[in-house]
Amino acid sequence: MTPAQRSEAPDAEITDALAEQVRAASAEHRGLRIVGGDTKGWYGRGTDGERLEVSAHRGVIDYDPCELVVTARAGTPLAQIEALLAANSQTLAFEPPSFGPASTIGGVVAAGLTGPARPFAGAARDHLLGVRVLDGRGRALRFGGTVFKNVAGFDAFRLMCGAMGTLGVILDVSIRVTPAPAESRTLTFDLDWPASQTMLTRILRKPYPVDGAFHDGAQLHLRLSGPADGVRAAEREFGGLAGDPRAWRAVRDMNLPLFGAPRIWRLSVPQTARLGDLTGPAVFDWAGSQCWVATDAPAETMRRLATTAGGHATLFRGAGPDEEVFAPLPIQLLDLHKRLKAVFDPAGVFNPGRLYEGL
Amino acid sequence: MLDQFDPLLDPTFATGDRDRLIARLRDIVPLRGLITQIEGMRVYETDGLAAYRGLPSVVVLPETTAQVSAVLKVCAELGTPVVARGAGTGLSGGALPFPGSVLLSLARFNRILAIDPDARTARVQPGVRNLAISEATAAHGLFYAPDPSSQIACSIGGNVAENAGGVHCLKYGLTVHNIQRLEIVTIAGEVLEIGGDALDAPGYDLLALLTGSEGLLGVITEVTVKLLPTPVHAQVLLAAFPEVTHAGDAVAEIIGAGIIPAGLEMMDHLALNAAESHVHAGYPIDAAAILLCEIDGAAEDVEADLVRVGEICRRAGASEVRWARDETERRRFWAGRKGAFPAMGRMAPDYYCIDGTIPRRRLAEVLTEITQLSERYGLPVANVFHAGDGNLHPLILYDAALPGQMEAAEALGGKILELCVAVGGTITGEHGVGREKINQMCVQFTQAEIETFAALKAAFDPAGLLNPGKAIPTLARCAEFGGMHVHEGQLTFPDLERL
Repeated sequence: MTPAQRSEAPDAEITDALAEQVRAASAEHRGLRIVGGDTKGWYGRGTDGERLEVSAHRGVIDYDPCELVVTARAGTPLAQIEALLAANSQTLAFEPPSFGPASTIGGVVAAGLTGPARPFAGAARDHLLGVRVLDGRGRALRFGGTVFKNVAGFDAFRLMCGAMGTLGVILDVSIRVTPAPAESRTLTFDLDWPASQTMLTRILRKPYPVDGAFHDGAQLHLRLSGPADGVRAAEREFGGLAGDPRAWRAVRDMNLPLFGAPRIWRLSVPQTARLGDLTGPAVFDWAGSQCWVATDAPAETMRRLATTAGGHATLFRGAGPDEEVFAPLPIQLLDLHKRLKAVFDPAGVFNPGRLYEGL
Repeated sequence: MLDQFDPLLDPTFATGDRDRLIARLRDIVPLRGLITQIEGMRVYETDGLAAYRGLPSVVVLPETTAQVSAVLKVCAELGTPVVARGAGTGLSGGALPFPGSVLLSLARFNRILAIDPDARTARVQPGVRNLAISEATAAHGLFYAPDPSSQIACSIGGNVAENAGGVHCLKYGLTVHNIQRLEIVTIAGEVLEIGGDALDAPGYDLLALLTGSEGLLGVITEVTVKLLPTPVHAQVLLAAFPEVTHAGDAVAEIIGAGIIPAGLEMMDHLALNAAESHVHAGYPIDAAAILLCEIDGAAEDVEADLVRVGEICRRAGASEVRWARDETERRRFWAGRKGAFPAMGRMAPDYYCIDGTIPRRRLAEVLTEITQLSERYGLPVANVFHAGDGNLHPLILYDAALPGQMEAAEALGGKILELCVAVGGTITGEHGVGREKINQMCVQFTQAEIETFAALKAAFDPAGLLNPGKAIPTLARCAEFGGMHVHEGQLTFPDLERL
């Protein structure tokens, strides 16, 4: 199926068929590779197994702009949801990256990736209100709900965010939506990264309406969003040059030249961290707390750089077949992860090994 | 009453040797850190839900993470249940002692360890009061956003355990959105770092799982919170309505207009009169309901948005709209709202606070239904709520000295929670399930979901020693209580025998 055909597919609820496939796989301890739009298959460790296609389970279930929440089946294309929200002057404030038109909302939640607004608007997990998932026994379980304030039961729904499909098949998601800002301006500054970082640290201590800050290796791009007066006042105060608002989509979707490199590291570090020699060209997003580096340096070098700075490193793109992608966990935490995995997926059928070996 | 734990419906543990337990704990904590006399333990027999009372076996007040770890190891070895306690302000009985338990107070963990104004974080011990964090960081122009009404007394560790909210969480989020690292101790005595100093951590989102876990998964010994720059300007508007439903309509209109207030609160006639006589906030006492709407940001934007909010309120039928004249009046408007719970003490000898959340569009019908329930049970209900996020706090007024009233209040509260679930909401928006809403968990969740919660707990605490009988009901309890309830056309627990 091509992406174009996929986006024209009718809404359908196929929970029973998915549950049947899960039960059969669990009974035989066969691995399943959960696939939405198949736009992020390269992310994470490799996983074998029979394809479990979720893209046909699609359609917006409920959306009332006054409730600030959208509930949709996992296979619903992200683009469809974004268009629906835009028509009502609302957005997904966490700016999920999209790597193709087939990208689904279920895949967005499973991967848990967040765009440039992350330090200001929160991550995917911060906006997730609830999920319905299939566990390894093929049972459809609902965690969380559709309201913002909800503390009944453990936040099992947030666990699904970023779990890379290893804990269950996401069926439906409820996500908080945000009114689109009245005004948004992009400014650029001809500063190197250290000078940019100093400037950002200074301005982020004040309540300026900043909701994006990235350095592309040559320039700092700063985005101001919110009510008009606050945005204009900050713009006057900061100076800089008018920038191209398309830059935000480019950094969000990894469309900058750096991302053409075969091996890309993601360093998640404190915003104020002064990193040492990065060994390759870098893009600093999230005001410096997410650093992309194109380098062939050994994994231990990159992981040490990140941990020394108080963060962790992911071999985001270009990992070899036996290489770890995500930062190794301390043994006590890895054991805990294995016990949590067994809660949802005792037969170990969901995306085995995609996150860590043995999960 | 639910403060009585039922061996048939709640977890049970073999009766331990108390003298041996005391001897072992004495080796760990200093003399002042162990309370074994009943008079001394009375302070700990209840939390903010004062109707529920019980005594632990002993109270222990460790002072270091190493001591917490050692205490938990002893409890694990002896099979003794443990109830962690912060400031004891919780409203759901989450810190109610379990019979025979060790009550583990984190009160001595009361230091702010570090403030990093550049990174906009503070590393604090769990016993630090919520408001103390904002007070300590104010000099840097920073504050900690979640502000439960009890913020003057409640502790940050308790806030994390309950995923506490507050009047400003519509804009700034709940506790889970405002912390980035925890140090916890497991029942096995392991010290784990959850989350980190970066914005995310590798692996599953354990930080989210631990937040709001109500002391069932681990004991929090350190918290790193995120701080925000203090807004330049904040202004609050008060709108009075002759009908409660008109106020509800105004709330939907404000949100629908794309305005995100820093706070959007509603009080009905009974609640605002109680608050007014308690705090003298200047509320219009004839109104059926008032809305408080606060906007923060740049001064011109605040003014522009508040003008729009005022117009929306008038269109929705407000009889009066006024802005706080100055900062003093703004604070007084909020003092009335934050003092609404204590003010209830003047209206009736006892009150029972409910904490459901509903979709905003169901507000009018839920309020109408609550009025009918109130009449049916013969108990007045005052309504105070975080209208912006649909989080209701109906306050049931009763007199525990009158026979049957406490039971009636508990039953009426249960009905209101079931109503919240029926309209697509939840039984608890911010106070937690605790002991209080243990039965209603069986209404909101299916057997398979409850089993999953229990298994998640077991992944941390296989013997079930941490805060037993709270938050996650046993299947036996749901079979007993859930027998009357039908979930999506089916009995909630069809394959369990009814007791």
